[in-house]
Amino acid sequence: MDSLQNFFSEYGILLLEKTWEHLYISFAALALGVIVAVPLGILLARLPKVAGLIMGIAGIVQTFPSLAILAFFIPLLGIGKVPAIAALFLYSMLPILRNTYIGVKNVDPNLLEASRGMGMTAIQRTVRVELPLAVPVIMAGIRMSAVYLIGWATLASFIGGGGLGDLIFDGLNLFRPDLIIGGAVPVTLLAILLDWLLGRLERTATPVGIRMEREGA
Amino acid sequence: MLVFDNVSKVYAGGKRAVDRLNLEIEEGEFVCLIGPSGCGKTTTMKMINRLVRPTEGKILLNGENLLDKNVVNLRRSIGYVIQQIGLFPHMTIRDNIALVPRLKGMPAEERYRRAEELMELVNMPKEFLDRYPHELSGGQQQRIGVLRALASDPPLILMDEPFGALDPITRDSLQAEFKNLQQTLGKTIIFVTHDMDEALKLADKIVIMRAGKIVQTGSPDEILRHPADEFVEDFIGKERLAQARQQLQTVGQIMNPDPVSVGMGETLSQAVRLMRKRRVDSLLVTDGAGVFRGWVTVEMIDRHKNWDAAVADIMETDVPTVRADTLLRDATRNILVRGLKYVPVVDERKQLAGILTRTSLVDVLYDSVWGDAEDESSGLPADGEGA
Ligand SMILES: Nc1ncnc2c1ncn2[C@@H]1O[C@H](COP(=O)(O)OP(=O)(O)O)[C@@H](O)[C@H]1O
Ligand SMILES: [Mg+2]
Repeated sequence: MDSLQNFFSEYGILLLEKTWEHLYISFAALALGVIVAVPLGILLARLPKVAGLIMGIAGIVQTFPSLAILAFFIPLLGIGKVPAIAALFLYSMLPILRNTYIGVKNVDPNLLEASRGMGMTAIQRTVRVELPLAVPVIMAGIRMSAVYLIGWATLASFIGGGGLGDLIFDGLNLFRPDLIIGGAVPVTLLAILLDWLLGRLERTATPVGIRMEREGA
Repeated sequence: MLVFDNVSKVYAGGKRAVDRLNLEIEEGEFVCLIGPSGCGKTTTMKMINRLVRPTEGKILLNGENLLDKNVVNLRRSIGYVIQQIGLFPHMTIRDNIALVPRLKGMPAEERYRRAEELMELVNMPKEFLDRYPHELSGGQQQRIGVLRALASDPPLILMDEPFGALDPITRDSLQAEFKNLQQTLGKTIIFVTHDMDEALKLADKIVIMRAGKIVQTGSPDEILRHPADEFVEDFIGKERLAQARQQLQTVGQIMNPDPVSVGMGETLSQAVRLMRKRRVDSLLVTDGAGVFRGWVTVEMIDRHKNWDAAVADIMETDVPTVRADTLLRDATRNILVRGLKYVPVVDERKQLAGILTRTSLVDVLYDSVWGDAEDESSGLPADGEGA
């Protein structure tokens, strides 16, 4: 108990700072991922020929070792938060892209036919039919991506991006288990908390009719 | 209103789904496109709201080439109902019905009022408006599907096997309900089906298709009476044809064409002799031109003592007649309900053509209504020959 108190009095401020950095990097990457991957996913759902290729490439990128990707951005963007965010963004894309693509693709073709036949424009079809119906799947992708990002963001420390990784790697370098635990536990808690929050958001964002149907109301 | 002028559709891959189709559809007509699966019904229909683009030929809507119109506006002005119903699960029934009016920019208050009006029209409770599609049964959902197509009051509605996926009882009631609605609202309907009973029940005009071509066009009666070829006959089905033949029999076909008749100027004693000779108890009376004028019965003659009087003096002139070209089914009710033993049959110039007896009518009825159920004791007593 005592040691915990000591740890907090000594590293408390640093911990808050690093947590903030960690969230900042993760959310920046996630936001970019959503902004790019959702529209791209919708677009790919319309281009079945290109879709296979792009999804394949995204899948391959995902298998690259994270450190390699981080290192890859150093010559391009130097060190610091920017390359870290860029690399994490690349990683965050795939789950969002894939889920958006699947979510839109799985919209009942009869509904699309009905919307076309009733005189909806392409944009109306996307905004009023495809997106609302794909929201649960897209949100699940975003949630998955967010949880991964919290974990991957520890690696940002390697290229000077900061975050809770700093504590963990300092601990490893200095043989200080308390620092390792002090970094790892918050990362885990953040991931769990975020998963829960986004789970709630996923539910809220799902159109009422769909939610009722699913929950068998 | 709608004209297909030599229209063909060749799909990528070379499939000629519709082959030089010519068809004219009048305003207010209920047209059923029918034919075996894959004969091009859906393709034909989808060319009307431009979900499919014709490869050749042109389609004119009120004289204007469809392809010259703005496609979005065109679709908003044509109702569309599909077999899979296609209600939007994330929208309430109210929003589903009010969708096209919304696309057309109608204010919320007005389009929701419209949704309520439409619910009243089909006697569905207004509470349904706040529900979601999955909370309704299949039949109720398709009712809403139909209302959605009616929402912006389009003059033309396309329906692709709309009742095909419903159970038979629900289907029957929706058919009846919809036919009523169509007649009340005076809409032009193009209705795809592969169910002949449905087409016979609903259509003013049936268009029978095969391999992208029209085989026959006509009213249900015309098609039943004169199937164009063996294909049509097979498609209608032997059973239905036999039944229809009975239904479509005319009075002229089953009447006795040789009624015992007497001239107006003949005397009563001549009439009595004729009755005795032909063993009948009444005579139909005609004038010199063969026009039916009335009848005399043996009782009427018996009451009149002077047998030198002319038949014209005592005959009953207020006698119901039936035209030879009347459909039997239309004549039957009248005759049976009025309890007539027989009815004189006249042609279009009022000349006596024959006589329809209750007995022959009952025979026909018995066949078509009770069929082979011989052991069932019918409620209709068979009267003796009248004339
Ligand atoms: N999009 C398409 N591409 C290629 N062939 C098609 C397409 N749609 C329909 N067909 C073919 O065209 C023919 C007519 O189809 P359709 O109009 O749907 O028939 P029906 O509605 O009478 O069953 C069928 O042989 C079908 O396989
Ligand atoms: Mg079809």
